[in-house]
Amino acid sequence: MIDKTFNVVICGTGGQGILLASEVLCAAAMLQGYDVKKSEVHGMAQRGGSVSSHVRFGKKVFSPLVEKGAADLILAMEKMEGLRWAPFLAPDGKLVSCNLSISPMTVNTGAAEYPDVEALIEEQGVPCSIVPAFEIAKELGNLRVVNVVLIGAISPHLPIDEENWKKAIEERVPHKALEVNIEAFRRGRQL
Amino acid sequence: MKKKKLNAVTEGALLLSGNEAVARGAWEAGVHFASAYPGTPSTEILEAVAEDYPEIDAQWAPNEKVGMEVIAGASFGGARVLTAMKHVGLNVAADPLFTLSYIGATGGILIVSADDPGMHSSQNEQDNRLMGRAAKVVILEPSDSQEARDMVIEGLRISEDFDTPVLLRMTTRICHSKSMVKVGPRIEVPVKGYKADIAKRVPIPMNARKMHSRVVKRLEDLSAWGSESDLNWIEEGADKTLGVITSGISYQYVKEVSPKTSVLKIGMSNPLPWNLIEKFLGMVDRVIFVEEGEPYLEERIRAKFLNPAIGKDIISCEGELNPELVRKALHPGTTKAVTWYPVELPARPPAMCPGCPHRGAFYCLSKLKGSSTGDIGCYTLGMMPPHNALETTVCMGASIGVLSGIEKAVGREGYGKLVAAIGESTFVHSGVTGLIDMVYNGNTGTVMIMDNSLTAMTGGQQNPTTGKRLNGQPAPVLDIEQLCRACGVKHVRVIDPHDLIEMEKVFKEEFERDELSVIITRRPCVMAYRPARKSVAILDPDKCISCKMCMKLGCPAISWEDDKPVISGMLCWPNCDLCVQVCPVDAISKDMEGLE
Repeated sequence: MIDKTFNVVICGTGGQGILLASEVLCAAAMLQGYDVKKSEVHGMAQRGGSVSSHVRFGKKVFSPLVEKGAADLILAMEKMEGLRWAPFLAPDGKLVSCNLSISPMTVNTGAAEYPDVEALIEEQGVPCSIVPAFEIAKELGNLRVVNVVLIGAISPHLPIDEENWKKAIEERVPHKALEVNIEAFRRGRQL
Repeated sequence: MKKKKLNAVTEGALLLSGNEAVARGAWEAGVHFASAYPGTPSTEILEAVAEDYPEIDAQWAPNEKVGMEVIAGASFGGARVLTAMKHVGLNVAADPLFTLSYIGATGGILIVSADDPGMHSSQNEQDNRLMGRAAKVVILEPSDSQEARDMVIEGLRISEDFDTPVLLRMTTRICHSKSMVKVGPRIEVPVKGYKADIAKRVPIPMNARKMHSRVVKRLEDLSAWGSESDLNWIEEGADKTLGVITSGISYQYVKEVSPKTSVLKIGMSNPLPWNLIEKFLGMVDRVIFVEEGEPYLEERIRAKFLNPAIGKDIISCEGELNPELVRKALHPGTTKAVTWYPVELPARPPAMCPGCPHRGAFYCLSKLKGSSTGDIGCYTLGMMPPHNALETTVCMGASIGVLSGIEKAVGREGYGKLVAAIGESTFVHSGVTGLIDMVYNGNTGTVMIMDNSLTAMTGGQQNPTTGKRLNGQPAPVLDIEQLCRACGVKHVRVIDPHDLIEMEKVFKEEFERDELSVIITRRPCVMAYRPARKSVAILDPDKCISCKMCMKLGCPAISWEDDKPVISGMLCWPNCDLCVQVCPVDAISKDMEGLE
C-alpha cells in the first residue's frame, strides 16, 4: 500500500449528488484496503447553498478534514465552487471540474456577478481539466449520472483499481440504474 | 430485521457517520426506547435507529424537554434509554436534566448533545461540557465514529453502575464525518420493571439534600475510576518537552499535525480523571490545551494544579478547529504553503427551494412593506434579499414572545406591520405557550403559523401535525386551528400562501385588526410532495418588459441574463406558478392543470 494519505475535496451546490459521489469514493478506497474518513456538513447548507465533502484515505487516517494547501484532487460539480476551493490544492494537486455553472441567489438578485471562471483559473494557473459531464449524461439519457461521469474522470488520478471503483458503484447505486451508472463511469474514465 | 450490511472486505467494519455509530451502539447495548426532537447535527441518530434497528422503540417528541421526560419515565420503568438533541435543545431540556441527575438511572440513560462549533446551522456556539458539568452528570467525548459507538455502550454501563445520566457530547464534525467502525451483535438486557421508590424519585428538599450528597460522592468515585478506565489515556511521545491535553475531534487534528508529541487524551471530561492528569503533568515540561470551544479542560486543570500551561490564549474559543489551526498553535511557522490564493467570488447562501410554500407569504409581506419577528426553521431565510422580511430570531418558539414584548414596549402603532412567523413544528415545540401568553395578557397582533406539514430544515421529519410517526405508522393529526381557538384566539384563518391575491388581502385585513389573530399559511413542503407530472414555466421574451417583478420572488430557478429573466427548466417546480401570478404583462405561462 502507498505510504501516503490522499486528500480529496468534492464540492458543488445542494442537490448535485455530492454525497453519493463521496460515498462511492469511500467505498472504493475501503475495497482497496485503505483506512477512510470523510466529513461533510448537513442542515442549512442543503437549501441550494455551497456543499462540500472531504475524503481522506491511506494506511491510517486521523483528521477527517483536509488541510488548506494539501488536497491532491478537487472534484467540482459546479465551476465556480471549484475555484472557491482552489486554495486547498496542494502544489502538485489537480482540479477536475464539471463545465456546469449554476447562478447563486446573490447573482440572481443582482448583488453580484457570475465570474468568468475559465479566465480566472487560467490567470491563477490552477492545474485544471474541465469536463463536459453534463453533455455526456445527456447522451446517456439520464441527467442524474453527472456525478458518476465525474467520478470516472477523477478515477485515473487516484491509486484505486478500476474493478474496485465498479464494485463501489454497484454497492451504492440503485440496482435498476446500475448499467447506466457503469457506462457513465466508463465514459468519464476515458476523458 | 433490517440491519446495515457488513462490508465483507473490511472484516466486520462499517463506514459510519458519528450519528449512525451512536444508533449502532445503542442497538448493541440493548437500548429499548428512544425519544428526541430533530435538530442539526443530531437528527440522523433517531432516523438511523428507526431505519435500521427496529428492536428499539423510537419516536419523535414535540420538543426536547418532553423527549427527556419520556426517556426519564422509561428509565424509571427499567428500560435502557436514549435521547438526542442539538446543543440548544439541551437548554430546552435542562429542567428535567438537572433533577434527573439527582434521581439517577434505573435503566441506563444516555443523552446525546450534538454541539455545533462553527455554527454550520445554529444560532450560537455553546459548549455543552459546561452544561453537563453544571448538571453534575458524566460527560463522554468521542473523537471519531468508533469511539461514538464504544462510548454509547460504555456510557450505558456507567449509567447503571454509577446510577447517573450520561451525556455523550458530540460535535458537528463527529456527527457528520464517516469513519470505519468495528461492530458487534446486540446484547439483550431485560427491562427491569417499574417499582415505586419515593425517596429516590421525589426530590422534595428533605430527599433532594440526600440526593445531592450522593451525587457529590458519585463524582468522586467516578473520577478515581476514570483514571484507570480505557476512556482516558496517555500516549508517551518521543518529545517530552511538550505535552498536549485534548479531547474530541481536536485529538485527531493533534495526531495529524504532531504525531511525536506526548498526548493526554480525555474521553471522559466530567468528572475529570485527576490522578491520570497529575501523572501526565509530571511527565512533560510544558502543556498546551488543544480543545474546540470553551477553555473547559484548561480552566479546570489549571485551577486545580496552578499549571502555567497555555491554551485559549493561542487557540480561539470561536469557531471550529481544523488541522491548520492546530498546526499553527503547536508548530508555529510550519503552515502548509498555499499555491492558489482565493479570488473574490459571489457567495452562495442557502435559499428557499423552488416551489417553497413560504415564498408566497414572504413575497406578500415584503410587498406590503411588512416584516416579521422570526423563529427557527427554513422560513428564517425570509430575512434574505429580496424579501428582507424577518427581523429577529432568538430560539425555538420565541417569535411569538418577542412580538408580544415589542407591543408591550411600543404599542401596536409603534411596530407597524410586524407579524410573528413560526413553522407548525416549532409552534408545537414551544410556540403555543407564547400564544397562550398573548391571549392571557391582552396582546393584539398577528401570529403567522407557516404550516408546510413537515419539520423541513432538518431534512424533513414527521411531527404531531403530519399524521405520521417516526416509524412511518399513521398518527392522529393535531388540529392547529382548534388548538389556537382553545387558547382563546377568536380570529383564526387558513390560507394557501401561493394564492397571492388572497394572501395579500389577508395580511392587509390583519394589519388593520386591533385584536389578536392567527393566520395559518398551509401548503406542503416540496420535500413532502412531488407532483407526478413535470410542468415548467415558460417565458415569452417578446412580451417581457424587463420589469424584474419576477426577480422579487427570490426563486433560485429564475436568473437574470442580458436584461431578461431566464427560467431554469431543471429547477422550476411543477405545481408552483408564483412567477406567472406576479408578471404584469402575462409574459410567463405554465400548464397547471391537475397539478394542485
